[in-house]
Amino acid sequence: MDALDKQVIRVMQDEFPLVHEPYKALAQKINISEEELLRRLQELKAKGKIRKMGAVLQHREVGYAANALCAWKVPIDSMDLIAANMSSNAAVSHCYDRDVHPGWPYNLYTMIHGHSRKECEQIADTLGSQNGISSRVMLFSVKEWKKTSMRYFCEDENANIF
Amino acid sequence: MSYIADRKGLIMLTAFDKALLNLLQAKLPICHHPFAELAAQLGSDENTVLHRLQELKNAGYLRRVGPFFDSNKLGYQGTLVALRVQPSNISFVASAINRYPGATHNYEREGRYNLWFTLLTPDRQLCEKILAEIRSLPGVEDMMSLVSRKKYKINVQFNLK
Repeated sequence: MDALDKQVIRVMQDEFPLVHEPYKALAQKINISEEELLRRLQELKAKGKIRKMGAVLQHREVGYAANALCAWKVPIDSMDLIAANMSSNAAVSHCYDRDVHPGWPYNLYTMIHGHSRKECEQIADTLGSQNGISSRVMLFSVKEWKKTSMRYFCEDENANIF
Repeated sequence: MSYIADRKGLIMLTAFDKALLNLLQAKLPICHHPFAELAAQLGSDENTVLHRLQELKNAGYLRRVGPFFDSNKLGYQGTLVALRVQPSNISFVASAINRYPGATHNYEREGRYNLWFTLLTPDRQLCEKILAEIRSLPGVEDMMSLVSRKKYKINVQFNLK
């Protein structure tokens, strides 16, 4: 990745314009051609640095009012299998294997979305019974203090060249 | 139910909206006229799609449009941090965490650990420095940094029916 890739990544984190030629408008902001921007984006996508090009919706607005972070204690040997199983459930948006800590044996984390708290619990019950896992903790959110998108390569907003 | 109330009133999602949002969640084409391409898939036209997307955006349906990056592949590292904070200090601690740009999600949750945030940093030293600063905030009694070993799914996508 070179300095221009980082510039491309920075400008793509600005608001995406809802116009006929959005990439052309974004390219102009960093003084490159639309073709150059499209080529760089295709390459970032092909390399997996962009994992998705598209939209994320406000989930409360589309009716998914409840979410729970559910932490599971899964035998290491069946981690891949169980994580893949849980990931295949549409109500699970995130599924990560994480470090354990003394007194905190949970090693698999699923973010579960539902229309209500009760529905989240039912989904967790289903995930647990399908995978034979009974040791879990449901971490329901009480208050959202912050929810933003990461702005990569903006640690020093004054630096133009990395 | 798929509707929201905005300043102008209630916007109901039509069948066309749902099809459009489902498509846009899955893939925005990287080409000269991405919205014309989406319109073609819906049997519609570019102006109709752009006009309706602007309305849906104004009504608060779209959280973000554009690329979603793989943080690890960009050289960043991420961790989920759990804190046990004295309830009387939680507002102060949450606000202090929010000031770090790499702290992207910060939630108060039920349970033994009552404040959970995600932290993305370009290097390990910065991560450790930030964690040490947060650990020393008043009222922080315990902290766990749960580094991810493997990501099986990252896909915030809702199938609107």
